[in-house]
Amino acid sequence: MDAIKYIQEQVSKEQNYPDFRPGDNVVISYKIVEGAKERIQAYRGDVIQINSLGATKTFTVRKISNGVGVERIFPFASPAIVELKVLKRGKVRRAKLYYLRDLVGKKARIKEKKRAMVVKS
Amino acid sequence: MTSVFDDAGNNIACTVIEAGPCVITQVKTSDSNDGYDAVQLGYGEAKEKRTSNALLSHFANAKTTPKRKVVEFRDFDFAALTAEGEKALGSVIEVNEVFAEGDVVSVIGTSKGKGFQGVVKRHGFKGVNDATHGQHNRQRAPGSIGAASYPAKVFKGMRMAGRMGGDRVKMQGLEVIRIFPEKNLLLVKGAIPGHKGGFIIIEK
Repeated sequence: MDAIKYIQEQVSKEQNYPDFRPGDNVVISYKIVEGAKERIQAYRGDVIQINSLGATKTFTVRKISNGVGVERIFPFASPAIVELKVLKRGKVRRAKLYYLRDLVGKKARIKEKKRAMVVKS
Repeated sequence: MTSVFDDAGNNIACTVIEAGPCVITQVKTSDSNDGYDAVQLGYGEAKEKRTSNALLSHFANAKTTPKRKVVEFRDFDFAALTAEGEKALGSVIEVNEVFAEGDVVSVIGTSKGKGFQGVVKRHGFKGVNDATHGQHNRQRAPGSIGAASYPAKVFKGMRMAGRMGGDRVKMQGLEVIRIFPEKNLLLVKGAIPGHKGGFIIIEK
């Protein structure tokens, strides 16, 4: 275990994402390679889970695209994530929002959390 | 196991192996009574009181402390090591002296014990595919194990249920992703046989 931790410390890149939680609405700028070209695509949705720890930590973002639910799993350590922005803080009561998969339309919304933002001076 | 991103951005699942430091405990040569060329390596510290007297003096001959595991390697490129520096009994071999990043290695270990397993898991039988048409309790059954009055016996080696796992398994074609010489760690692509903390042999 000690050895795995050591390697993760050596290999993993600096992560400076803003603090986000399940229920938050985020937009991710993601690098996509098409042949020789590289472009950046934005993916916006709700975080429905944060899974695992360490170098294999991932989060899942769900959105409704053309009436179809789309979920995408991003590793925290992925070098393809250029930027992550939190647009809305969600008010949710559990860590894994799998119940959203069974809901459509207005019921599938997440209430926005009204809370004071902590600003570092 | 852990995962690492390569330069192309691919997420690679890999295993962390502590490979060394290994100590040369015996050198066998074809000229001597041994009759063949081999190098014996020791790894891991053993308690002195848990080591037999015979082994204690064996390690004392090699001018080293008692080791937990001792393995003999037949096709060891001993000449290459001796050419670089004086490698003799009791000298330490580090990972980066044997392996380099990008090497393809095979790993030998003892697979995890699975206990008494049926024929579907143990030998990959299909079982009876139907749940209907009069079938009952037969979805994982082995089927026929032979003919009737001739040969009037079940042939030896017939694959049946039984103890599974705990076998010597060799995984070939594993790529060395990275080496951390300061801690004698190897990062190898893919999975290797055996449980966490198990002893393995790495061949190049």
